[in-house]
Amino acid sequence: MTMPSPLLRFDGVICRFGEVTAVGALGAGVSCDIASGGFVALVGASGSGKSTLLKTVNTLVQPTEGRVLFGGEDVAHLKPARLRRRVGYVFQGIGLFPHMSVAENIAIGPRLTGEKLAPERIAELLALVELDPAFATRMPDELSGGQRQRVGVARALAGGPELLLMDEPFGALDPVTRDALGRKVRELHDALGLTTVMVTHDMAEALLLADRVLVMDKGQLVADETPRALLAGAGGAVAQRLVAVPRHQAERLAAMEAQG
Amino acid sequence: MFGEGLPTLGFLPALMALTLYALLPILRNAVTAQANLDEGVLEAADGVGMTKWQKLVLVEAPLSAPFIMAGIRTASVWTIGAATLATTIGQPSLGDPIFAGLQTQNWALVLAGCVASAGLALAADNLLWVIEVGLAKRSRWMTFGGMAVVALGILTALWAQSTGSDERRIVIASKQFSEQYILAQLIGARLEAAGYAVEYRDGLGSAVVHSAVASSSIDISVDYTGTIWTNYLKRADNPGREAMYETIRDWEWQQNGVKVLGRLGFENAYAFAMRGDRAQELGVTSLTDLVGKAPQLTVGGDPEFFERPEWLAVRDAYGLRFGQSRNFAPTFMYNALASGEADVISAYTSDGRIAADKLVVLADPKGALPSYDALLMLSPRIAEDKGVIAALEPLLGAISVEAMREANLAVDREDDKKLTPKAAAAELAKSLRRPGLDPGPLTTGR
Repeated sequence: MTMPSPLLRFDGVICRFGEVTAVGALGAGVSCDIASGGFVALVGASGSGKSTLLKTVNTLVQPTEGRVLFGGEDVAHLKPARLRRRVGYVFQGIGLFPHMSVAENIAIGPRLTGEKLAPERIAELLALVELDPAFATRMPDELSGGQRQRVGVARALAGGPELLLMDEPFGALDPVTRDALGRKVRELHDALGLTTVMVTHDMAEALLLADRVLVMDKGQLVADETPRALLAGAGGAVAQRLVAVPRHQAERLAAMEAQG
Repeated sequence: MFGEGLPTLGFLPALMALTLYALLPILRNAVTAQANLDEGVLEAADGVGMTKWQKLVLVEAPLSAPFIMAGIRTASVWTIGAATLATTIGQPSLGDPIFAGLQTQNWALVLAGCVASAGLALAADNLLWVIEVGLAKRSRWMTFGGMAVVALGILTALWAQSTGSDERRIVIASKQFSEQYILAQLIGARLEAAGYAVEYRDGLGSAVVHSAVASSSIDISVDYTGTIWTNYLKRADNPGREAMYETIRDWEWQQNGVKVLGRLGFENAYAFAMRGDRAQELGVTSLTDLVGKAPQLTVGGDPEFFERPEWLAVRDAYGLRFGQSRNFAPTFMYNALASGEADVISAYTSDGRIAADKLVVLADPKGALPSYDALLMLSPRIAEDKGVIAALEPLLGAISVEAMREANLAVDREDDKKLTPKAAAAELAKSLRRPGLDPGPLTTGR
């Protein structure tokens, strides 16, 4: 039987920084396939190597050994500007360019490949992240944190990417904004037919948004399960320790409610 | 490293020095701006796929621009202040009135130069501030308006620099003391009377003047035999006044093509001076007379005098052993003599205060003190100019040390008889003696 080739394949990826091996610590490297259309959460404690692994996809980090294949092609052989136009990137630092308006920020990726975005397209992208079209002319320092990350998401979607990479995208936001924006992104993922890889240290966020959860520990993939399977106890000790945190919180809240 | 092509005087060296001086604050601010760029912004630039060049042009440069502009502002204020020093290397600047005023104690002139310089610095600072704010607020009209005014200012300055240099005048230098200012005016007045256009470069450093005359950047200067002997011939011996003069005259001609037209007639040498009444009382007229009495006396000198070869030469030639030697600031040396704190002081023979305080300059029969004959020097460019030589020859041997002292005193004094160097030069011109002889009978003043 022939499997359809995956959109993204990690093939024995090892990343070393001097003495430290961030990814692939056991020597075999990290290997894993991500199918088109999936919403995959990459979960682990700080320093587990999850961000480093994510950045090998858009070549912000070059693997020491192994390859990353995107649509069957080694990303190392693709032109960075072209590759990054097909791969949206949202991260905790947001990184809006402070000297450019919201519209200029959103249009920057296509501009680099020589395409000018029409004002209608900017308005459409703003609408996708639930911002008023009037925001187009504002400067980043006039926006709240949540609004800025919405612009960040719109910028990542501006090039019409096939793949959306998110590195702790909601880490700096307040809980209400975080919840709303998380759901919005999941909605966009479904509506636009994206493939999404989201790095987070928050297992609750991963379980609620993703349909596949990869758990990393000390540079190795230690679990690869659906949220339901994880909740049912699969995935091993490290994964279950992470699942236990939101589960106990939920239980304690439920108990408090029951006591009235 | 620049070889011999680089002039030592004027616009280019001033521009180069000030440019190097201005680099530090600009570079420092650029580096600071670069180091303080937000990590997230740089990651986003990579994340959207910018090349290194695009990152520099689209992100790093515009975000650093306000900081770099602040550095340029600092540099402009520094530079306008430092540019007043360009006077000392012969580039006309706002330092001209400051240096001239300091030398002749004309405080209004000093103040005018300072106010003009500070005003220019403030104007430049404000203008650049407008550009800086324009960059920070991304206001195009502020940025480009400010830049347009700056460009206009630079063009005007360049235009002013380029005009006026089309006609070559005779350039007369003066070093940083009154006597030099007066002599420059005296020489200039004679040349103008002979129909020449002249230009003054006042307040130059001594070494600058010497090399500028050799390169014809300056045409006429007054230098002193003792200075040339020690500083340029690097000689420490004392072959006597005539031999020293002749050696220097031949050396300047062969080595530099500079014509030593002759001696003006007076010396501005180191000498020992006493109050007239005290000298009479002790019966002292020369250094020889002093030897027996020195152990009871106090000698005063400026702070460097007792380290100088002149002092060592005199001490060893006569076997002088003073009871006490004291250092005074040059201005206070004369007061010390008047009040009796010092019995003998080191002085310059042409100093106006010798006349003012009725001092006696002690003779130097053994010739231990090197001579400092004032020399009229002509650059290679005008060394053979018969008109110039004819106009200046009457000055040779014509200025007595007494006349020079009077003129120096007239410029240095603080009361209502104070004269400008130009007026003092006109007075001096009236007291020229026995014109046209060289080497004329020279007054030593000792």
